Amino acid sequence: MSVDATMPRATAPAILPGSGGMRGALSDLFWRRPQLLLLLMLLPPVLWLGIVYIGSLFALLAQSFFSIDEFSGLINRQFTLKTYGDLLQAANLDIILRTVTMAALVTLASAIVAFPIAYYAARYARGRWKALFYLGVMLPLWSSYLVKIYAWKLILAKEGILTWLFAKLHVLWLLDAWLALPVVGGNSLSVSFTGTFIVFVYVWLPFMILPVQASLERVPGNLVEASSDLGASPGQTFRNVLFPLALPGIVAGSIFTFSLTLGDYIIPQIIGTSRLFIGQAVYSQQGTAGNIPLAAAFTVVPIVIMGFYLWGAKRMGAFDAL
Amino acid sequence: MTSAVSFQKVSRHFGSVRAVDAVDLDIVPGEFFAMLGPSGSGKTTCLRLIAGFEQPTSGSISIFGERAEGVPPYRRNVNTVFQDYALFPHLNVLDNVAYGLMVKGVGKAGRHKAAEEALSLVRLPGYGARRPGQLSGGQRQRVALARALVNQPKVLLLDEPLGALDLKLRENMQEELKSLQKALGITFVFVTHDQGEALSMADRVAVFNDGRIMQIGTPEDIYQRPRTRFVADFVGSSNVLPPDFVQRYSGQHCWGSLRPESIRVSRAASGEGVAARLVSTNYLGATTRLALDADGLKLHAVVPAGTALPAEGEAVVLTFNREHLHLMDEPA
Repeated sequence: MSVDATMPRATAPAILPGSGGMRGALSDLFWRRPQLLLLLMLLPPVLWLGIVYIGSLFALLAQSFFSIDEFSGLINRQFTLKTYGDLLQAANLDIILRTVTMAALVTLASAIVAFPIAYYAARYARGRWKALFYLGVMLPLWSSYLVKIYAWKLILAKEGILTWLFAKLHVLWLLDAWLALPVVGGNSLSVSFTGTFIVFVYVWLPFMILPVQASLERVPGNLVEASSDLGASPGQTFRNVLFPLALPGIVAGSIFTFSLTLGDYIIPQIIGTSRLFIGQAVYSQQGTAGNIPLAAAFTVVPIVIMGFYLWGAKRMGAFDAL
Repeated sequence: MTSAVSFQKVSRHFGSVRAVDAVDLDIVPGEFFAMLGPSGSGKTTCLRLIAGFEQPTSGSISIFGERAEGVPPYRRNVNTVFQDYALFPHLNVLDNVAYGLMVKGVGKAGRHKAAEEALSLVRLPGYGARRPGQLSGGQRQRVALARALVNQPKVLLLDEPLGALDLKLRENMQEELKSLQKALGITFVFVTHDQGEALSMADRVAVFNDGRIMQIGTPEDIYQRPRTRFVADFVGSSNVLPPDFVQRYSGQHCWGSLRPESIRVSRAASGEGVAARLVSTNYLGATTRLALDADGLKLHAVVPAGTALPAEGEAVVLTFNREHLHLMDEPA
């Protein structure tokens, strides 16, 4: 080996001069004090999150401890649990129970529908098919939420394509039998809880697919092979290896589907019965009724439920594989 | 006697790539069998064919006399120690080892007892409560071994199990694996690209290249009597000698091989032999490796460290015993 003789070895200094000026000095300063750079980078988001985001949330929470004067309609700024007492009235409890049930069912259905899609994307899809998967999952998120919901209203309507399809397949009786059921049924799918459920699942599905796919992607393929090698049938491998390792993703996804369903007020407004969900109750309490404390108390409900949900998930070991 | 594993004209093609190409193979029950070859030579695919992760494109595979095509991995009494161990991260060590028994429906007390015994066997007693993430590489390797052995497989497959360990640990594990195999009497099939590992551990070695088996034999056979240039070069980097050179010393016109340690190097003045030039010396600790140039033919010699050596670039004379010159089957 020979060293290239044309290299100006002798003339190059061992330490290069600074580039000079403000920018050079700043670069050197940040290199010497990386904490300073970190602080500067974190300051704006921390201020935003801390003051604007969490701060307004606490302002809201504080309001839930105020009460409303029923005669004057004025807000009494004295701390009291009276508003929470109102929350426990049968009509309001009904709303909470209805919303939580719907959120739980939507979450369960999303998980069941999302898992095979996520599994395919994580295990088998490569290159172009993977791109297509992401496109397919994300595409619905790019169009307006309202347009999609109104489109679903047409699909689910009595004159809509779904009824037509059932008729063509000669199974209209099946749809009619379902709509004749109490609670889940109604005049047509678009004015039933079933319709609300279908649209909720449709709209929130990407929020379940993506975290589940990310968690399955992190499961090395040879764990599935190892399980099979040790004598586990595909079903046993799913129960003992895949599901526990995908659980953090499913929990992450369910946080989205669950909390988004708990808070949404547009879907049940457009598709479903006239009975209220929490979001609609908040909307009407703070709008037409002017009862901000009760609206705030309603808002606290999903937060508390999510808190318990996460605590339970952690106790069940959902995050052990993280 | 039925073979532990028998391949008849087995091929596995991936599109146009012939990963395994018409391989015939018979592994004797109770032997320690090594599959040796460079990466991409088809040895790992052969292992996966035995485990059932791959199905042959053509040919037939039998395990202890029973046809294995179309049989899924979970119905084969064959277990694998994976290259990167593939321990279940969400289970502790004991449950990892007990996994095979758990899916077979063995009760908790029974499988934990068996797992505890298997852990003692690999000298990790009392490690059951730990998570795989808390173990060192060598310990994980032992857990993977225990997890496979607890099922008492008919054949144990090991896919480069020592590849990720450092030298010292690797040497210890080689001895341990060897004695474990002797004690248990289970057929071990071992895949490696490390010729030293294959030679030191195996009863028999199959050398793979390009999806084919180049040679099967005892380590001594493979090392002393390579049949092709590839085997000579890959196993212990023998000097491969062209037919013209071989004819001068043996009278036969064929390819030959000469082990580096069979070559003696002396200063040019000291008499007859092959005239050469010393290109470079490479100190390796116990030995020194010499690169030589004999009139365009590149040769290597290995001499014990401490031997007085000519300077680099100096003319030297090479001598060797005629019987050390091995003639290969490969046609000229």
